[in-house]
Amino acid sequence: MAKIVAITGNEAVAHALRQVDPDVCAAYPITPQTDMMQRFSSFVSDGLVKTELILVESEHSAMSSCVGASAAGGRVITATSSQGLALMWEILFIASGTRLPIIMPVVNRALSAPLNIHGDHSDAMGARDTGWIQLWSENAQEAYDNTIQAFRIAEHMDIRLPVMICLDGFIISHSIERMEYLEDEEVRNFVGEFKQLNPLLDLGHPVSYGPLILPDYYMEYRKAQDEVASKVSSVVLEVAEDFEKLSGRKYGLFETYRLEDAEIGLVIVNSAAGTSKDVVDEFRDRGIKAGLLKPRLYRPFPYKETGEALKHLKAVCVLDRADAFGGSFGPVYLDIATSLYQYKKKPILINKIYGLGGRDYLPEHAELVLNELAEIAKTGTVKSYKEYISVRE
Amino acid sequence: MKLKGWKELTPGAVITEAGNAVQFKTGSWRSFKPVWIEENCIQCLFCWLYCPDMAIKVRDGKRAEFDYDYCKGCGICALECPGRKGNKAIIMVEEGK
Ligand code: SF4
Ligand code: SF4
Repeated sequence: MAKIVAITGNEAVAHALRQVDPDVCAAYPITPQTDMMQRFSSFVSDGLVKTELILVESEHSAMSSCVGASAAGGRVITATSSQGLALMWEILFIASGTRLPIIMPVVNRALSAPLNIHGDHSDAMGARDTGWIQLWSENAQEAYDNTIQAFRIAEHMDIRLPVMICLDGFIISHSIERMEYLEDEEVRNFVGEFKQLNPLLDLGHPVSYGPLILPDYYMEYRKAQDEVASKVSSVVLEVAEDFEKLSGRKYGLFETYRLEDAEIGLVIVNSAAGTSKDVVDEFRDRGIKAGLLKPRLYRPFPYKETGEALKHLKAVCVLDRADAFGGSFGPVYLDIATSLYQYKKKPILINKIYGLGGRDYLPEHAELVLNELAEIAKTGTVKSYKEYISVRE
Repeated sequence: MKLKGWKELTPGAVITEAGNAVQFKTGSWRSFKPVWIEENCIQCLFCWLYCPDMAIKVRDGKRAEFDYDYCKGCGICALECPGRKGNKAIIMVEEGK
């Protein structure tokens, strides 16, 4: 039986981790994630989980401990934000290249400089090509549900890759929302026993991790990793189907909202999608065919499915809560553009950068963008392909 | 050795066969070669202990020949060898000389 509670995003995810009861957790505090690992640490000291908690001296060490513990054969977690994720950078690639199914909630926060502790997506978007799977979450419920599903995806024998679960700093991590818990036992049965793959601590079958791979083999290992990435989508869908049976909540590679017959549409990840859906409804009430697509599995990006879902629109705006400096457009825009490129008939695609460093995203921002899209759909003329919104001149 | 294709590799480049360094003959790296001068040898087995490539053979508890298939010529054995009365029992000789 599901239990309905009022809860913050951090607390929701901490409880998901408690219910899974992983073998090892390496923790280092960083705003706005701190309170998630703090809560998890209390579960350890209160004896609610059997997890070995490693209190490390930096995020570089946190991720390094995770790599060691995961290679040793444990189910391993950590969590981070912003600069913490940036400090883990080197080891992120080692975790994915070594195919270690580490689970890491990332509470999205802006990057320094200038120093800022509030929510935007610069941290995880910067880590989008590290070989980690990324699941993005609109609210506490999705963050909780994604965390539980992440274990099954990461640990699938055809996958064995680490997963980041992204949720917006403060907006989701610290705001209280209504959420439904699953029972501890349901979660434990859903994720199942951890299955080891070539564990270091299996002394009967000694193995070596981290060998030097020279030009004669490096490309073959990369090709094998690329091939694994291509299998992730189907595993994500398979796990989502099982999860729906358990929870009644449906997940896909992305969520579409009134998109099927839409002429104009927004593409937007995480919490701001909620605000945007309300505004889409207002436009629909006025007879304007607006819709929305919210990516969930962002890495590996489901290019084919996303392109199929958007190709019939006349005009689309991708809203990015991070900029890809020097790349001309925001990260999500670049992926959406790639997914649409192969189609002859495709929507006009514009990009807005919003909400950096925790700047509020308000219904009137979505309204402005949708009005602009309606105009583009009518006239076919674009004033500007990329623009910062809600910024002072 | 026939090189493997990407489908035949273990996930994450993990090596699952213990001791497979034996398949990799590091002897071809050598530019200097250690030579044993048996009359200066005091059988301390320091060379056997220090050699990073297990390229010094021991037979019946005694120092035996170098294994030149794996000796990469690092010179550690020659450096560590105490020899007899200041006369080294291992000297390094340039390959091809
Ligand atoms: S030269 Fe180096 S590798 Fe060769 S036998 Fe001496 S210590 Fe071993
Ligand atoms: S270190 Fe020198 S003296 Fe000692 S066993 Fe080896 S060769 Fe002989």
